[in-house]
Amino acid sequence: MAEFSGQGGLSRALNAAWVRPFLFLIFIVIVWDLTIRLFKIPPYQIPAPADVVAVLWHDWPELLRQTWPTTYATICGFLLSAVFGIVVAMLIAGSKTVESYIYPLLVFSQSVPKVAIAPLFVVWFGFGIIPKVIAAFLLGFFPVVVSAVQGFKSVDPDMVDLARAMQGSRFHVFRAVNLPHAMPAIFSGLKVSVTLAVVGAVVGEFVGSNSGIGYVLQRSIGTFDLPTMFAALVILALLGVVLFWIVDRIERLVIPWHVSQREELLFAA
Amino acid sequence: MNAATKPTGLDQPAAHLRLVPECADAGSPGIQLSGVSKTYRSRDGDVPSLRPLDFHINASEFFVVVGPSGCGKSTLLKMISGLLAPSTGEIFVEGEQVTAPSGNVGIVFQNSLLLPWRNILNNVLLPIDMKRLPRDQYLPRAMALLKLVGLEGFEKKLPWQLSGGMQQRASICRALVHDPKIMLMDEPFGALDAMTRERMNVELMRIQRETGKTVLLITHSIPEAVFLADRVLVMTERPGAIAAIYDVPLPRPRSLDVMAEPAFTELVQRIRKHFFSQSALD
Repeated sequence: MAEFSGQGGLSRALNAAWVRPFLFLIFIVIVWDLTIRLFKIPPYQIPAPADVVAVLWHDWPELLRQTWPTTYATICGFLLSAVFGIVVAMLIAGSKTVESYIYPLLVFSQSVPKVAIAPLFVVWFGFGIIPKVIAAFLLGFFPVVVSAVQGFKSVDPDMVDLARAMQGSRFHVFRAVNLPHAMPAIFSGLKVSVTLAVVGAVVGEFVGSNSGIGYVLQRSIGTFDLPTMFAALVILALLGVVLFWIVDRIERLVIPWHVSQREELLFAA
Repeated sequence: MNAATKPTGLDQPAAHLRLVPECADAGSPGIQLSGVSKTYRSRDGDVPSLRPLDFHINASEFFVVVGPSGCGKSTLLKMISGLLAPSTGEIFVEGEQVTAPSGNVGIVFQNSLLLPWRNILNNVLLPIDMKRLPRDQYLPRAMALLKLVGLEGFEKKLPWQLSGGMQQRASICRALVHDPKIMLMDEPFGALDAMTRERMNVELMRIQRETGKTVLLITHSIPEAVFLADRVLVMTERPGAIAAIYDVPLPRPRSLDVMAEPAFTELVQRIRKHFFSQSALD
């Protein structure tokens, strides 16, 4: 009996959602290694996977130390973009006047490359954490606004009328109808935003910082230390995945009723 | 006044099923519209939606409005509920002039419009939350209403777990939970299949008799109008105006068999002629 369930557990583990991308990742690493061996690519162009793993293994205390400032800046920038993004979206969706003034400018501001203006923040705020947070915020802000505006606007006007007809105040109607309705759209914006916030933080570290994974990247390129650079890239990718996963978990807690979560609910029932 | 306009005299339901106390006729004047019209302003100028309307709906009456698409039926409903101000004229509900949402109406739209994040019971209690009334006081009433429409045991289900007909029944409960005097229904069964629709009509008639509400129902379907109504108001095409008001002389309670009676088919034919003669003029 125990053997039976153990076997079921093994096959379930092999078919679990996270195993498949992991297997694919191993496949990519093997192809990477074989390509280097077959075509004799010199290590100053592409490092071998084993060298990258070796750097990760030996330098992990240093790499971990550099990960914290990046993570911190990413999370701060992301939270700022979430708060400001939702508030601005509320104003845009709530008032035609605000929309006509702000929305075109917002789209216009998105066409300005953040990398180009990032040095400006260093001039204004020095080499501390603030330029990184601002860069992360600027990259993460726009997707939240666009999705949240779409979420707030897609509410059925009849539904709002219905709540208003029960003498619901504007605030009560908003809290009971508009806000929950916009939640799925807001979360899809937040998920895009959190991965972009990582990019923003690294951009901030590129232009002016003496700590963080972006700084490690910059320095290792300067010394042609490609294994360290690839190790930094791996850490950045992991950071993005972990933050995305956290937002995804929060989404499941906040909107368990939504279509995208229904399958689990059926299993639970 | 025709006997058919006083349905409350026929077949009183058992006392325990009545969810509201019997209203005295003198103190419940129903809905009164005098000179009510609506004109929408747009960039291309004024668009008249409703020409001045004068009519009266009695308390506990089942009043049905039929008309072609875009004749301003929904505008009429929104004005009575206080969501939209009329361009001219006055509306009185239960003797009080309507200037803002009074909360004294229950509304049912074509779509059930249940909030997908609330379970059925919490959806039914939405008016209580909006009016900031004590929830626990209205909980037994909500349960009684769900039982009345046959949704007992579905309180904890989410809307998508119910069929379309069940969802619409839940939305009827929501319209009744705060005990309004008046129910406004805008094509409530338009989105349902024909068989469910017939069953819902029978159900609705029973609910109306057992609760004694004044009902204003809007529909496209002439047979549905005649089957349900004490009186039928026929509207003209846009801008909407009253073409005629018919008494429905069919006795209550009615079953679906009534649709085969000559009096029923004759009235349906008579109402249908309004729309044929109108489109012939176009």
